[in-house]
Amino acid sequence: MSNSEGDIAGRYREHTGRKRTYILTGFALLLVAAVLSIAMGSVDIPPLDVVRTLAGHTVSTTWDSIIWNVRLPQVLTAIVAGAGLAVTGVVMQSILRNPLGSPFTLGISNAAAFGAAFSVIILGAGSTSSRVGDAVTINNPYVTTVAAFVFAMLVTLVILAFSKIRGTSPEVMILVGVAMGSLFTAGTMFLQYFADDVQLASMVFWTFGDTARASWEELGLITAIVAASIVYFTFNRWKYNAIDAGDETAKGLGVNVERVRLWGMLWASLVTSIIVAFLGVIGFVGLICPHMTRRIIGDDHRFLITGSIVMGALLLLCADTTARLMMQPYQLPVAVLTSFLGAPTFIYLILKGRRI
Amino acid sequence: MILEVNGVEFQYRSKEVLKDIKFHLKKNEVLAILGPNGVGKTTLLKCMNAILKPKNGTILVDKEDVLKLEQIDIARRMGYVPQRCEPARLTAFDSILLGRMPHMKWNISPEDIMLVEATIKKLHLEDIALRYIDELSGGELQKVGIARAIAQNPKLLLLDEPTSSLDLKNQLEILNIVREVVKVENVSAVMTMHDLNLAFRYADKFLFLKNGTIFAAGSMGDITPQVIEEVYGVPVTIQNYMNVSVVIPV
Repeated sequence: MSNSEGDIAGRYREHTGRKRTYILTGFALLLVAAVLSIAMGSVDIPPLDVVRTLAGHTVSTTWDSIIWNVRLPQVLTAIVAGAGLAVTGVVMQSILRNPLGSPFTLGISNAAAFGAAFSVIILGAGSTSSRVGDAVTINNPYVTTVAAFVFAMLVTLVILAFSKIRGTSPEVMILVGVAMGSLFTAGTMFLQYFADDVQLASMVFWTFGDTARASWEELGLITAIVAASIVYFTFNRWKYNAIDAGDETAKGLGVNVERVRLWGMLWASLVTSIIVAFLGVIGFVGLICPHMTRRIIGDDHRFLITGSIVMGALLLLCADTTARLMMQPYQLPVAVLTSFLGAPTFIYLILKGRRI
Repeated sequence: MILEVNGVEFQYRSKEVLKDIKFHLKKNEVLAILGPNGVGKTTLLKCMNAILKPKNGTILVDKEDVLKLEQIDIARRMGYVPQRCEPARLTAFDSILLGRMPHMKWNISPEDIMLVEATIKKLHLEDIALRYIDELSGGELQKVGIARAIAQNPKLLLLDEPTSSLDLKNQLEILNIVREVVKVENVSAVMTMHDLNLAFRYADKFLFLKNGTIFAAGSMGDITPQVIEEVYGVPVTIQNYMNVSVVIPV
């Protein structure tokens, strides 16, 4: 063996270098989009003044208040939620060996929606509010959030229990997830049937994912969980590559496939549950962003994880900003837009893609 | 002795699949595991690197008890090439680099890159090194799988039907690679096979399974037409053609 790298290694480094460039470009775009998003709204603020304000200089006290209290938390929430949903999608697609894997494959969102309905009807939590003018008043938003989270994690535990009995295969996980999703949808319908107008409105309202809901404290909590999951997923990036090559190949490479699958699912559920509990259901980001990123930089999780994080953050931020601006003075919840955009984008990817 | 297998038994649920498996293999030897469909060839191969856990028995690789090692330590000693490698949007280089996983800590080192490059050259895969493996043919994909196993720097290679679903040229190429690697890298290889003629041509030792246990084992001289007839239920004759033994059903 020679002591220096030859031609192939050189070309390989160029190849990986390109992927890094794509990710850095995406990251730069994200920064620009963040500043622009803060700048735009019912009051327009010049982007340069946004940067100055963020740097700690007070340009105007009104702007200070708008930026620090309203727009920055919403922008950051969109970034963190987008990143969290996208990275979860990447990992779910790998460990479930299924291109349709996403944060919601396992019935988590249905369970969270049921939890919210449960808190409204049974626990009398009333409804959460957002900054949409006519939203119903809050009795206790935390009861709803906690109930949504508890039911989302309950589904996770059920799937874990089945995996224990029947083995940790992707098929078992997906099938149990689908069954759970259907069960909780039925449960939600049952509750809705007995709800009065206000309760029904608040239940439905809750399911619209909206980044404007999170306060700084809640944003902190979501960020902590998303960040921890990213560290965990990044640590396991080689193992996901190995699992992509097949369970047996991975085992032959020393990967404890069952353990990686189980922990990956647990982290993914946790991230999804916390995002859904605080923000509601934001569909399609977790499914589409990984596929868009795969088309640009391939399936190598060393780059795919970071790439999807950037892509998810960028996409949800842009969607959120658009939703905020397009029907002023009303601010649409972002979930309405992502679901609208999600379907055509996905079909486009299928038509143009070599495979999903 | 690089490999010593003793009294291995395997059960699937309560069904006995393998019993009383006992054989050994020397350095630089290629062993072919033969037998009819469903007899447990693949199961035996998977037991050897503990992908499946045998109920009883010991498996020593270079005098170390495999069943007492961690999965990752096993991966440092044995390279496993399954029947099928799932294609993904990874380059062949990335895919072979995976073979360094058992040896790496947080990330790959420059040495890993160099070793992969050397492996690629050894197997003459330069042309496909930077192609995505979801665009490769079956034969190329199989070579990438073998290259990955070699990059693991193993003492023993395990190959599960390396030539199934390949055309004649690729069958010969793959088995030549295995022979070459065994000679040059100073390793041994165990492969399950269906094609008796290819096995006779490329393996040193043969192991015939029947009813979940070893029916016959040994080198070419020990394999008689009677053995093959007993194992496969087909009467055959073994002819010699230019120093190659050929099995012909009669």
